[in-house]
Amino acid sequence: MSAADAPRLPVTERDATLADYYRLAQGIRRFEQLLLGQFALGRVSGTTHTCIGQEITAVGVTAALDRARDCIFSNHRGHGHFLAYCGEIFLLLAEIFGRSDGVCGGHGGSQHLHLRNFYSNGILGGTVGNAVGAALAEKRRGTGAVTCAWLGDGAFGEGIVYEALNMASLWRLPIVFAVEANGIAQTTPTELQLAGSMSPRFAAFGIPVTEISGLDVEEAVAAAARAVDATRAEQRPHALISYAPRLGPHSKGDDTRDPDFLRAAWANDPVARLRDRVDTATTIDREIEATLEKTVAMALGEASIS
Amino acid sequence: MTATPSVLASLNAGLRAAMADERVIVLGEDVLDPYGGAFKVTRGLSTQWPDRVLTTPVSEAGVVAVATGLALRGFLPVVEIMFGDFLFLAGDQIVNHAAKYRAMFNDKVRVPLVIRTPMGGRRGYGPTHSQTLEKHFLGVPGLWVVAPNPLGQPGDLLRQAIFDVADPVLFIENKTGYADPVLDGVPGYDLVRIADAASRFATIWLKPQAPPDGLLLCYGGMTRLALEAAAKLREREHLHVGVVAIAQLSPTPVSHLDRIVQEAGISTVITVEEAPATAGWGAEMIATVEQLRDDRRMDAFTYRRVGAKNAAIPSARDLEDTVLPQVDDIVAAVLDCY
Repeated sequence: MSAADAPRLPVTERDATLADYYRLAQGIRRFEQLLLGQFALGRVSGTTHTCIGQEITAVGVTAALDRARDCIFSNHRGHGHFLAYCGEIFLLLAEIFGRSDGVCGGHGGSQHLHLRNFYSNGILGGTVGNAVGAALAEKRRGTGAVTCAWLGDGAFGEGIVYEALNMASLWRLPIVFAVEANGIAQTTPTELQLAGSMSPRFAAFGIPVTEISGLDVEEAVAAAARAVDATRAEQRPHALISYAPRLGPHSKGDDTRDPDFLRAAWANDPVARLRDRVDTATTIDREIEATLEKTVAMALGEASIS
Repeated sequence: MTATPSVLASLNAGLRAAMADERVIVLGEDVLDPYGGAFKVTRGLSTQWPDRVLTTPVSEAGVVAVATGLALRGFLPVVEIMFGDFLFLAGDQIVNHAAKYRAMFNDKVRVPLVIRTPMGGRRGYGPTHSQTLEKHFLGVPGLWVVAPNPLGQPGDLLRQAIFDVADPVLFIENKTGYADPVLDGVPGYDLVRIADAASRFATIWLKPQAPPDGLLLCYGGMTRLALEAAAKLREREHLHVGVVAIAQLSPTPVSHLDRIVQEAGISTVITVEEAPATAGWGAEMIATVEQLRDDRRMDAFTYRRVGAKNAAIPSARDLEDTVLPQVDDIVAAVLDCY
């Protein structure tokens, strides 16, 4: 087997079926859970931030983008963004395992990923400014590309985010600010770190904003498609705020939230809700488990790639 | 006879020449004509290339971030930070973004970004507009720190920073140094230009045409003061000291120093910088020279570091002079070794 044959998840476009969206969202979910399991087993060093609970937004927004030309700047919690973009589960797992055949040769790890037009970094807010620069570059070259900047509600504490919003709007740049409002910054709930609300922050810079639940993939794809299309057509920024609680820990086993809150959140698990609407879910689950099993075996060196 | 251009004119001409390449974009606060930047390095550019000179909000971090994105996507941005003191506002973007991407993305991207900024005092601008802060950026992996001096064709150096290096470059100018005339040579010295593949930004070595009595290592705006000190030492003390003006502050141009140490021999080394010498550029130079001396099994040498006092820079000009290093401090440091 060669690296080109490494397992990957099929990515989804705007016209995908619910089954396709489910396959990708559940693939991301299971990848993240498996990763936490590998940490618990002590098979991987360092740290990671998983996106359990936030998969729908990653899948929905990325489906609305044009992978051939659009740029994506992601953050510390970027596995879902990365996998929704390219589906490369082996490249990502190998990267987190520190292997030379990882997507960044083991130099980047969980938070620092780059493939084609995808870039991520581990400093909150910083990549939002870089994304504005990429949007400026693409606009000047007339490529028609839209840049997507991922950020969370925690990043609204960083001053550079506001500098970036200002320049993006001032210079009418084709950028979509995709906000994942997961309600918590590491262990600090949003109400202890954010005054007011996020939507008026965009409005203050003259950036149209749409708010969605983040629990329904069709709603996410539709809202993202409208934002991306408007951004491309009008050559000015738009924002999308997607509310979906982080169901997993910030990092590894560091969740200090009330178990009752977590039980209620899990009862509304968006991937489970999507699963209920997919007739072939059992088959898809089996395929995902087989794919992940093969990926882990390869990353652990139990199956060779040459 | 044509008038000798100033460092400012040379930098402006270098930037103009660079603009011929459409990938070059200048960004900064107040860089548009008729103002042309706080120190006039960008004067005339926005008139000639209105589309490629962007005046920005007062957002140093944001502007460096945007320029980093431009560089990642194929442009050659040149950012002006109005005062070097404001560089720390962009510190995270420089250290954790621009300088990191190439390495952490496994050499798959380039960030050919130049950040120009004036450092230095002697203009009475006070504690937050007079500092020399580049030492804090020396040794940052993935980041070049380069400083023009009157001996080294500043405009050419700037073009080199823009075109010859695919990584971010901090280009450190000096406020009073802008007015210095560009020098092709200095009477009584042979001018030796040292550049190589390992350290491409040229070191200028002024070799006395007499057996040398020591070496002044300097950079940027302190070059003028080092030259004045060397002249005083020659006239008053009959000491012939060589002057080495380093342009590549980081990474350390070890090969250049190695050549100088081997050719000049080494007995007395004085480092000259405008920042406080504590944990500074001079300390790195002394350590590098000492390692080279040890590698070459040469005799021990005497050294002194000349720099500012470890104090905030006062606004009043007479008080400022008591904090910043002066020509006589350099002279005294040399004499202290004899």
